[in-house]
Amino acid sequence: MILALDIFEPYGFQFFRNGLVVATIAGALCGLLGVFVILRGMSYIGHGLSHAVFGGAAASAVMKVNYFLGAGIWGIVSGLLIARVARRRVIGADAAIGVVTTASFALGLALMNRYGQASKSIEAVLFGSVLGVKVVDIYAVASVALLGLAVVVLGYRKLLFSTFDRDVAQVSNVRVSLVEAVLLAMISLTILVTMRVIGTLLISALLVIPAASARMTTNSFSRMLWISPIIGAVTCFVGMNLSYHLDTSASATIILLDAFVFVIVYAIAGTRNRAKMASLGHL
Amino acid sequence: MRQSILSKTDSPLIACEHVSCTYGNSPVLHDVYLNINRREFVGIVGPSGSGKTTLLKAIIGSQPVAHGSITVQPELTIGYVPQIETVDWYFPVTVEEVIVMTRSKTKWWPRITIQERTAVREVLEKLGIADVAHRHIRELSGGQQQRVFLARAMFCQPDILVLDEPTAGVDVRTRHEILHLLADLHAEGLTILLTTHDLNGLAAHLPRLVCFNKTVLADGSPREVLTSKVLEATYGAPMEVLEHGGMPIVIDHGRVAMRGEGK
Repeated sequence: MILALDIFEPYGFQFFRNGLVVATIAGALCGLLGVFVILRGMSYIGHGLSHAVFGGAAASAVMKVNYFLGAGIWGIVSGLLIARVARRRVIGADAAIGVVTTASFALGLALMNRYGQASKSIEAVLFGSVLGVKVVDIYAVASVALLGLAVVVLGYRKLLFSTFDRDVAQVSNVRVSLVEAVLLAMISLTILVTMRVIGTLLISALLVIPAASARMTTNSFSRMLWISPIIGAVTCFVGMNLSYHLDTSASATIILLDAFVFVIVYAIAGTRNRAKMASLGHL
Repeated sequence: MRQSILSKTDSPLIACEHVSCTYGNSPVLHDVYLNINRREFVGIVGPSGSGKTTLLKAIIGSQPVAHGSITVQPELTIGYVPQIETVDWYFPVTVEEVIVMTRSKTKWWPRITIQERTAVREVLEKLGIADVAHRHIRELSGGQQQRVFLARAMFCQPDILVLDEPTAGVDVRTRHEILHLLADLHAEGLTILLTTHDLNGLAAHLPRLVCFNKTVLADGSPREVLTSKVLEATYGAPMEVLEHGGMPIVIDHGRVAMRGEGK
């Protein structure tokens, strides 16, 4: 009885319920977009963008501009800049991303040091703050999630084609640059609406780990698009609950849980592949 | 510049005029003039790094042209088969998905329809790989891989097939199969343009050859262009041409030296 009560204890708090909803939707959303992030080798872009948006968040806080507006514009500009610079092959996409996003992150940090309550806000940005979740955050995350779902369903083949074979997709009248811009915009939007709650670090993790785990469970693109969001949502849900009881940071707990799932899947997939190889040996 | 002109039945499907492309500051293509006519079967031969792939990409429109123009017949559908080495074989897709994704206009739910499934089966049957539709692309042999991407190009019923090194990295038997397959498709009326570095195995069997190294050095039948003089100009190494059973055979004396020079 005591145990059962204990499990439901955090649900008595409004902030926890709000945080749980946002984190779970964010997990599903990041899991969905993460499929494209890992298949396109964009994980560093996701990582970089989430750090870049931090600069926008800081700037808007200092200038007392609405967070969504300030960080949003900042995020879109960074996204476009990365896309633009990444196309120049001379520098190397990874280095270009490193330049744009670390500069943006550092700018945010400097602004906060100079004008804001630095230490507190920075921790909130890096690790998120479940306490700070407002109803508007729930609406924001839910709308971006619906938009993301619509984009993936309606643009399924174009997304798949341009991810798998960019050149041929372009020749086949798929507007590859538009597809890429839409994907980057979706990732930026996702980061924008989830950053206050789950933090920069967790976003980077959620954009990569569930999709990577999902990839190892299947060879089918469409199935991966189901499995990855489910892993993302479930780990966020369970992680939030665990973090309350263990008194650990929600972000850290969720990331560790995702990493744990990854290790398990990795081990199982490894065994299965070895078994497959062994059976092939008999042929 | 890539433009369409009004249709004239006798005008070439693709006309490259004075085409130059650059990569950074170095020219990759220089002053290329090349016409591809309907129902032709053309092979572009040249050493690696000679700009063959760049020329194909300029023709299909994925490589910007710095100077000159490439004129393509309006409504021309191009089926492009990339070098199979450039394909990400670990990508999670089945053969059927690879082929169907070229039809990007779908109803709101992107399911593969029964009609599409039938069309995929038809094209796979035509290419002799009907049983691989549901396999992951990594579970294919080299010849099957090449055929799958050929099938993808055929799926949109192209007017012209453009293939980049269709026999690179395949064994002798597969090379024969691919050559025969392409010859059959050509006999059915398809226009084919391909690149190859395989002079004896592939190029010598084609009706029209273009010797290429940054620009067109010779253009004609294998008998006309496969001469020591042209080949030396193309490959920058001495080569001897013999004749066997009415076909030119190229003997590459410079092979050891060329390897030594590296890329």
